[in-house]
Amino acid sequence: MATRPEWISVLARASAEEMESLAGTFPPYRRLRGPETGLTMLRGRAGGDGAAFNLGEATATRCTVALADGTLGHGWRLGRDRRAAEIAAVLDALLQGAEGEAWQARVVAPLAEAQRAAREQQSRRAAATAVRFSTLGTMR
Amino acid sequence: MYVAVKGGDAAIEAAHRWLAHERRGDPALPEITALQLREQMTLAVDRVMAEGSCLDRDLAALALKQSRGDAVEAAFLLRAYRNTLPRFMAAEPLDTGAMQARRRISATYKDLPGGQVLGPTFDYTHRLLDFTLAAEGAAPSVPEEDAEGTGPMPRVTGFLTGEGLMRAEAPDDGEAPPDLTREPPSFPASRPLRLQALARGDEGFLLGLGYSTQRGYGNAHPFVAELRVGEVEVLVEPPELGFAISIGEITVTECQMATQFAGSREEPPQFTRGYGLVPGQNERKAMAMALVDRALMARELGEEATAPAQDEEFVLLHSDNVEATGFIEHLKLPHHVDFQSELEKLRSIRRRWEAERVAARKEAAE
Repeated sequence: MATRPEWISVLARASAEEMESLAGTFPPYRRLRGPETGLTMLRGRAGGDGAAFNLGEATATRCTVALADGTLGHGWRLGRDRRAAEIAAVLDALLQGAEGEAWQARVVAPLAEAQRAAREQQSRRAAATAVRFSTLGTMR
Repeated sequence: MYVAVKGGDAAIEAAHRWLAHERRGDPALPEITALQLREQMTLAVDRVMAEGSCLDRDLAALALKQSRGDAVEAAFLLRAYRNTLPRFMAAEPLDTGAMQARRRISATYKDLPGGQVLGPTFDYTHRLLDFTLAAEGAAPSVPEEDAEGTGPMPRVTGFLTGEGLMRAEAPDDGEAPPDLTREPPSFPASRPLRLQALARGDEGFLLGLGYSTQRGYGNAHPFVAELRVGEVEVLVEPPELGFAISIGEITVTECQMATQFAGSREEPPQFTRGYGLVPGQNERKAMAMALVDRALMARELGEEATAPAQDEEFVLLHSDNVEATGFIEHLKLPHHVDFQSELEKLRSIRRRWEAERVAARKEAAE
């Protein structure tokens, strides 16, 4: 089972279409904030591990919703997709409820698997470009 | 002095309509989409995004389409758009050590944990024009390693600092770093301020400065300890949640450049590192940034600072291409009154000069 930070991370990387097609219809909810787009300042570290510095701003979109029972859900993601942030917020609220496990199985698990597979594919592509040094002796 | 000029409205309107027509090009050909630019002009998009300092590849692609491919104009458009957005919060510093690298090479160690991974690089291509690209073809396939992907890739600089042969970075003091977008730079500039300016600086300017350090303007004998390109997680901690969440990934290019340092009374001879970190894939800029970052350490290290790349005021105040283009291009604005007064002054000086010459000739003749 995914923890809350884990499912938020998975939803932040899924498109609105992917989430909607897996989730189907949602129960009624209210928007409390947003969806709204703004900036988040990204930071790096000098030398990779030293003092923080400002690298540049990235667009980000956030949304907060409440279900009828008052459960709050938050959606956060890079980019400007407001619909996706809103759907993620609704799902975040549903995932915390009594039906949470069913929502996990229906929406989060397949998305997480697809994202894992995409990362693994990139990793295998990178591995195919890893240099295998060989001495002249073994090149005969 | 600039004078508000009226009467150009119709001319401006006509000029902008012609501009839109020129942007579109031959209407018999299909119009290019921002999505196509985002996917197929990736490095141009990355450059605009980095120099516009607004990390959003869709916006950068749109800006590039609007600017007819003019990278600096596109960066300008992004900066203007950025000003319309509220800032939510700062993210936690990116952990480039945990990058999912597509490319990772070292020029200092042949065999290193994680290996030399070439990734999608222009290196080793023959730089011959490929005329097959002039025609449309099927999408090329990518080889994949069957067994497993890449393993962990520890930082090369870690090996050297571990042995005490490379100067360790000053630890983070937990303070929020200075922000150029909020207040203008003050001098002497801190390293975080310099790195921010360089990360958004003009690639061409940094390339020229970096090159100058290699050619003897500033004493550099650099090695690429490590260069990596890939995706890193963006973490924020929104107050409404109270814990850190990952809100997506961003592609960055990181360069660690090792340069010898003769040592001082306090510090032994060792390697120092210049650091480059650039949003998107841009190795040329990350390497140039690392060279300039190292050159700008001259003061801290007690080295003689004689070259342009070692002069932080010179570098920081001229690296931003949006500012530079604004100041150069403002010369095109009407300066009619300014110029009239210059003309008047010049005429009166000329009259005096000619009168003096006549008088001098007369004197010589007498």
